Amino acid sequence: MWQELRTELYPRLEIVTVALEARGGSAAGPWIEKAEPTHPALIDEAHVLATLGVINVPTGVWVDEDGTIVRPPETAYPRQPAFKDRAVPAEATPLQREAIELTRRLNVEAERYIAALRDWVERGAASRYALSPDEVVRRSRPRPLSEATAAAHFALAQHLHAAGEAPLATEHFKEAQRLHPSSWTYRRDAWAIAGPDHPAIYGTTWLDDVKREGAENYYPRLEL
Amino acid sequence: MIFRSARVSAAELERVTGWALKPEGLCRGERCVPFAPASRDGIDLADVARALGMPLVEEPRAGLWALGPEAGGKALETAALPDITLPDLAGRPFRFASLRGRKALIVAWASW
Repeated sequence: MWQELRTELYPRLEIVTVALEARGGSAAGPWIEKAEPTHPALIDEAHVLATLGVINVPTGVWVDEDGTIVRPPETAYPRQPAFKDRAVPAEATPLQREAIELTRRLNVEAERYIAALRDWVERGAASRYALSPDEVVRRSRPRPLSEATAAAHFALAQHLHAAGEAPLATEHFKEAQRLHPSSWTYRRDAWAIAGPDHPAIYGTTWLDDVKREGAENYYPRLEL
Repeated sequence: MIFRSARVSAAELERVTGWALKPEGLCRGERCVPFAPASRDGIDLADVARALGMPLVEEPRAGLWALGPEAGGKALETAALPDITLPDLAGRPFRFASLRGRKALIVAWASW
């Protein structure tokens, strides 16, 4: 998804993709191989990037030449995703229709985001999209004890899952979700591991949660 | 940050967390927090957790402990990108610090 932009902007900009996948390369590998990236394509099994405030995907962080973050985590699409224009097939079930219509309502601002990114690549610190360190910290998510504890539970869950301890892992995935209910990454990765049984295990679905929390809140409006 | 014991060596603590035990306390980068191990036989993770404001979660059925990140402030306490190391598909480690000298966009994504 990002290779085209990387080809265009490198070496002025490097792109590093990080797959948040508790199942590691077995889940992310086929996607990475298909993309044939020439940029670093990394795998984050324990969701270490959550420590930066990443709670959903795709999320981008801008970093300048000195290693200073100039934009904290925010929704990052390189282009309009296919789901925004997806038609409802005639044979769609009511549930499928609802899911398609809901995803079309998600807030995606790819054009604005990439225009801002290009401006920063061109103008550097003079770009109005490059934030000061104080503003980066101000915009950064708070990290209460509950969310820090959730990170420990998620790391335990991922470790236990990799060790084949599925029931124990599920307990910790659930606890991470309970302690950090804003995190879509904790929810969705655990659901992906559980597979089709995840509604029975976790008591909810993506559709239910997005409806409850509001499609317009799934990707917050960019503060550019 | 996973551990297999509630008491660890200074070397293991530094390898897993990046916090090094020095005469002035626990240090990472230029930051030091006062700390003195209660025992010569190792460092209790519970003491580290208290000193650094990190949650410590125990899973006794698997003999595992997990330290979470520091709590109580912002996810980004400064705008400096933490020197996170993550592997690529082949298992080769990549350090974020190696991006120095060039603008970078770090993108989190997932297959799910």
